[in-house]
Amino acid sequence: MNERPAALGHPYDDLEQQRDAATMGMWLFLATEVLFFGALFVGYTVYRIAYPQGFSEASRHLDATLGAVNTGLLLTSSFFMALAVWAAGRRRRRLVLLFLLLTMFLGLGFLGIKGFEWYQEFRQNLVPLPGLTFEAGGDFPQQSELFFNFYFIMTGLHAVHLLIGVLLVGFFAVLVWRRTRIGEAFIMQLELLGLYWHFVDVVWIFLFPLLYLLGGT
Amino acid sequence: MTSVTTTSQGQERHYLNAGYSIRSWLLTTDHKRIAILYLLTITFFFFVGGAMATLFRLELLTPAADLVSADTYNRLFSMHGVIMVWFFLVPAIPATLGNFLVPLMVGASDMAFPRLNLASWYIFLLGGLFTLTMMIVGGVDTGWTFYTPYSTAFSNSAVILAIVGVFIAGFSSIFTGINIIVTVHKLRAPGLTWFRLPLFIWANYATSVIMVLATPILAITLVLVAVERLLGIGIFDPALGGDPLLFQHLFWFYSHPAVYIMILPGMGVVSEMIAAFARRPVFGYKFVALSSVAIAVVGFLVWGHHMFVSGQSIYAGMVFSFLSFLVAIPSAIKVFNWTASLHGGSIALDTPMLYALGFIGLFTMGGLTGLYLASLAVDVHVHDTYFIVAHFHYIMVGGMVMAYIGGLHYWWPKFTGRLYPEWWGRISAILIFFGFNLTFFPQFILGYQGMPRRYHVYAPEFQVLNVMSTAGASILAVGYIFPIFYLLWSLRRGERAGPNPWRATGLEWQTASPPPPHNFERQPVVSGQPYDYDAVATEESLRDE
Amino acid sequence: MNDTDSFFSYLLVFLALLALLAATVVVARVDVGRLNLALGLGIAFTKALLIVLFFMHLRHARRLTWVAAAAGLFWLAILFLLTLSDVLTRVWTPAVGG
Repeated sequence: MNERPAALGHPYDDLEQQRDAATMGMWLFLATEVLFFGALFVGYTVYRIAYPQGFSEASRHLDATLGAVNTGLLLTSSFFMALAVWAAGRRRRRLVLLFLLLTMFLGLGFLGIKGFEWYQEFRQNLVPLPGLTFEAGGDFPQQSELFFNFYFIMTGLHAVHLLIGVLLVGFFAVLVWRRTRIGEAFIMQLELLGLYWHFVDVVWIFLFPLLYLLGGT
Repeated sequence: MTSVTTTSQGQERHYLNAGYSIRSWLLTTDHKRIAILYLLTITFFFFVGGAMATLFRLELLTPAADLVSADTYNRLFSMHGVIMVWFFLVPAIPATLGNFLVPLMVGASDMAFPRLNLASWYIFLLGGLFTLTMMIVGGVDTGWTFYTPYSTAFSNSAVILAIVGVFIAGFSSIFTGINIIVTVHKLRAPGLTWFRLPLFIWANYATSVIMVLATPILAITLVLVAVERLLGIGIFDPALGGDPLLFQHLFWFYSHPAVYIMILPGMGVVSEMIAAFARRPVFGYKFVALSSVAIAVVGFLVWGHHMFVSGQSIYAGMVFSFLSFLVAIPSAIKVFNWTASLHGGSIALDTPMLYALGFIGLFTMGGLTGLYLASLAVDVHVHDTYFIVAHFHYIMVGGMVMAYIGGLHYWWPKFTGRLYPEWWGRISAILIFFGFNLTFFPQFILGYQGMPRRYHVYAPEFQVLNVMSTAGASILAVGYIFPIFYLLWSLRRGERAGPNPWRATGLEWQTASPPPPHNFERQPVVSGQPYDYDAVATEESLRDE
Repeated sequence: MNDTDSFFSYLLVFLALLALLAATVVVARVDVGRLNLALGLGIAFTKALLIVLFFMHLRHARRLTWVAAAAGLFWLAILFLLTLSDVLTRVWTPAVGG
């Protein structure tokens, strides 16, 4: 038996096997996430079919410009995340740190804008919570309320996922900052984190047109 | 055996004597120890759920309400369902026998993600604690299905606690599923190709696919129910513009496949036991293996048969009815192949085999009555009657619990290194079989005569059959309690088993009982087909000469 | 093991993503009836595909990873299809008119 590399854990025989297993585990986890969010998309679709006018009325209350800016931020963050993995593969420690920090700040920027949007909606009485008045106006207020229920649950769950992503990216940045060199195990973990980050981005890519852009002109 | 590591007392080192401290158990990443932790936890929940059943079976002894109030009765059967489904049946085989055996059977030293495996047990425990808290504060009365809008707008019971408990436990089943799938893909021993895998592995693999792909839908659906109940915002409540059928679609998208989570692993166990005690390879191995995968996939296409009378569109009902009949094909393939495997075998009626044979009969009855229920017109007649109750208990208890207890006996020597007392085993197997049939067969008749489920009072003409059912339940209870005593007894007094007491094939029998901490002293290599009992016989006769 | 793409290809993908984002916003402002939804979702799928193939390295991944990635989508499609088989053919009586 050769000496076991430091990054090789129990119960694996070699690094490639370990990496394959970890990648597969992560993709399976993402498949569960697809279904987790997917059920919400199904619910949204069912009610959109049932209440087309109310949904389109309600959607017009959302700020499509802010939504587009946020989409841009997430796409850019994904780009930097991919670059962080790319740089890690080349052992460029400082570049990895830079890209991770950029990713994190773009994620935080997204959350900031999202929070601002929620605050705007709160000021416009569009938050359907007990104790608050909900006044969407228009011809189909109760249908609009259903739209906003889904809007808040979907964007809320997405934001929670993104927040977890931001915290993890920050944690990884600290690791890179404190270590002197980048090891095999770290590269593998960073790749997995990248998969998660991109997945959260993909969810938003679908949320954006479905929630913000169905009001038409 | 070549180089066997020994402890200071000169005993062989195995996973049980590798450490005695509580810490060595609670922080273990050894899949075998985690399996034992799961075993203890689900046994506890099995008896909690059983206690509820005992209470409402006693209530049903007479037509009038004399033991518990209507409200208590509702809570009893609801908690019985919640506990038995999510805290016993779903984890029953995958998390205990599966956890213990999957790495052994594929020749690996552990699961692919050992720490995730331990985490899954803690998550399960946390979910269980929420469920116990729910019971202490008064229980839940929605039925195990949490149908809206009752669960979100009307019920005065601890719905949120119940939901949180199930939600959390769901993640433990996702993690177990991911672990089993990746282990089977990535950690198979050299030479162990897919069609050399034991059928237990195929069954648990298929189960894991369902656990990974269905459970997230349950999770998000329960989140939505909790949000609607806590915040009073409309999602499923028709008064607020919601669609209660959407809840049922999402719920049954999980819960129908979950039925297969609760039966497929049992089929895997039965395949192993049939081969070992008929001394024959499983007939049509490839068909049995692939039918597990077929059940896992087709099982996702049939959920609407729970909603035939709920106001679902009649066209969707027809589609779901047709698709439901399709599941019968892979199920029948299994039953036919098992019986064909018995043909010409030299059958030994040891305890595990008694359970396996019981399983085949009871599962067949449960499956065939399932076809009645898949027919639109018949379902309208028997929907929400005791016919349904009998049908799914034939699958869940007659099928899964029989297979689980049978498997526990079959692999008990591997778990503990000791043999259980054979006669006690046979007696309780027979008690369970008769008790089960006496409990649930009358319920088919009750249901067909029109006795609705979930009522705590009933018309006097149903009493005779209900008395039979309750009498059967008491026999069943005795049958379940016996093994606790003699299995515990065998831990110290049982005969030493040796590596392979059943002279069975399979990698798990090629290592010591109990296995060493990392399962095998040397990496096993597989060179032949599974269940090659002819080769075993040849080898044994050569050795005798 | 570094089977990732070059910096340049990441940049190209990123620019394509930004172009598609611009396209979504523009298309949404032109009323083409039902086509709006199809275009919006079509562009979203293209974006998602670019991210999954390049940023998530599915392009270089093993077949097994493809299966795992496809499984989630396939099962989601089942949920959509059979739920809608009911919703679209049911006589829908909304409890809420307004």
